[in-house]
Amino acid sequence: MAGYIIRRLLWLPVILGIVSFATFSIARFGPGDPVSIAAGQLRDPDVLERVRAERGLDGTVVEQYLRWLVGDLYPGGSGSGAIRGDFGESFIQQGFSVNELIRSKMAISAQLGFLTLVTVFSVGIPLGLLAARFNGTWIDPFVIASLLFLTSVPVLVIIPPALWLFASQLDLLPVGGWGGEGLDGIFDIWWIGGVVAVPIPDPHIYLPLLVLSIGGFAGVARLVRITALEVLSEDYVRTAHAKGLKETTVAFKHVLPNALLPVITVIGFALVGILEGAFFTETLLGIPGIGRFAFAAVQSRDYDVILAITVILSTAFVLANLVVEIAYTWIDPRVRLGEAINA
Amino acid sequence: MTTTRTDVDFSGEATGTPAGAWTQLWQRLRRKKLAMIGLVIIVIIYTFGIGANWLAPYSFTEQDLLRGLEGPTSDHWLGTDRLGRDMLSRAIYSARTTVIITALVIVTGGLIIGPTLGLIAGYRGGRTDGVIGRVGDVFISLPGLPMLILINASLSPRVVEATKWLEANSFLSGLVENGVPSYFTVFGALSLFFWVGSMRIIRAQVLQLRERDFVVASVAMGATTSHIIYRHLLPNVSFLLILGASTALGSVAGSELLLTWFGVGVQPPVPSFGVMIFEAGSVRTFSQHPHLLIVPSMFVVALLYAFALFGDALNDAVRGR
Repeated sequence: MAGYIIRRLLWLPVILGIVSFATFSIARFGPGDPVSIAAGQLRDPDVLERVRAERGLDGTVVEQYLRWLVGDLYPGGSGSGAIRGDFGESFIQQGFSVNELIRSKMAISAQLGFLTLVTVFSVGIPLGLLAARFNGTWIDPFVIASLLFLTSVPVLVIIPPALWLFASQLDLLPVGGWGGEGLDGIFDIWWIGGVVAVPIPDPHIYLPLLVLSIGGFAGVARLVRITALEVLSEDYVRTAHAKGLKETTVAFKHVLPNALLPVITVIGFALVGILEGAFFTETLLGIPGIGRFAFAAVQSRDYDVILAITVILSTAFVLANLVVEIAYTWIDPRVRLGEAINA
Repeated sequence: MTTTRTDVDFSGEATGTPAGAWTQLWQRLRRKKLAMIGLVIIVIIYTFGIGANWLAPYSFTEQDLLRGLEGPTSDHWLGTDRLGRDMLSRAIYSARTTVIITALVIVTGGLIIGPTLGLIAGYRGGRTDGVIGRVGDVFISLPGLPMLILINASLSPRVVEATKWLEANSFLSGLVENGVPSYFTVFGALSLFFWVGSMRIIRAQVLQLRERDFVVASVAMGATTSHIIYRHLLPNVSFLLILGASTALGSVAGSELLLTWFGVGVQPPVPSFGVMIFEAGSVRTFSQHPHLLIVPSMFVVALLYAFALFGDALNDAVRGR
């Protein structure tokens, strides 16, 4: 077990190294030399050369990458480098460091993503159990087919009608944007008599939450349904019934815990889906998160920002998947056993 | 030894998937109503796409400037867009784009690269398996969409240049005009990411098959690696190939839509659902001219839903349910 975790952890820097180098080379290979853009109207070759050297953008791609990665540890580099969390300065929004630009946006996207994840699982799991419970009746295929339909509607398609209906026609929700800084964006605090604080959800979150989460229900529900059906046919469930245990006892003590276990494994996939949705949802609804920022960065070819976002997201994904994998191995002894037998 | 080897007649051996297995699969599928509805929708939209040149009532660039933004009429069944172009024809030509992209990605990534690597990794095992597996790990751990956007944003101008150069220096012409470079970049970037899934499925299956008696016996009789792969392993994983391809189709079509909407996919004037949805995407446009969004959305949702239903049922059918 320990050896397995260590082996996975050793792979982490290798994967991140490959990912960041690939992203870096693609970004440098793209159109629009960042230095000419930064120089603006000044096309003096000497100046360009000087700026290039200042920014550590002379020499081969490998040299440039090393400067970006380790900063001043490599000759000609500046700052502390990506490896120590410094992603340099934005080329488009001059004078701002990439870190500064990204931080507050990351916070908003992370909050929205977390809420979506919670929603996806807390709606998907009961629906999956419902489908499994009514296996063999019309309810089972109906639930699954309806959820598959929700998955098939791209966020791009659903947002304009949703905005038109909820914001423009019914006037229930704001047209877009975000409620405020930090946690204020998600909760408004109501003071009752100036003493008791009651957090209530900010109206800005309903629409993005709805749009982002409906696509995820099907995946979770289908997995829960399949595993619940498998568990229901296990010997220990039959034994429990044979012992004369009550239906509810069997359902909650024997079936439920085992049926929910594999759900952990899809957290990683769910995160990917939410992130991809967030790019479009944030852009269309004007939420100042990382997705909208990335969209703008791609539009303006701000490569250092794109690079930073890609590397941060890859790191988050790889780490999330690793944590999920380790947690799963730890919770379910059968996986560990399988590993030992195969090794 | 060599003589006995050539003396062995392999042609009479059972080829894994028994005759009639496909018929059995089809019969299981036919009982599932939703799967059949899905299949019909897929066939209709793909027929539109393949036959676009003959089926579309107008060309996708033909303008009727005096009659822009009209709702459905007798000569424009689904109305016209801002530039007076026929919506039905644009949707049909967009279906052609979807067909081209999905077919290219599925054939290369899902049916050639992925399964080949999966077969090799599963059968050879050891270091080969390790290398292929790790490369797959790298691709799986990339956040697909931002990477695709980055790749397409930085590579597509180069591909367009290269295509123009090709046009100037060969007998080929009209490539850029017909959107060949953007098909090429979208397809290339997508197939980079869509081989891992089928590689893993096939590898897992081959790992089990490798230990089965008929493979062991074949090895003992001196069969070559390529013989074992083609005669014993490939037929046994063929169901999984179809399954993998059908589940990937929906996400390939969806990714193409997102890339194009982002402006790094298929470039106008080549029609695609992504462009059509992008042009109709604001709330004001939707409240004034809803058909601009509804027409492409109808096609896209129908197609993605059909893929989802069919893939789901196929999954059940392959696993004997």
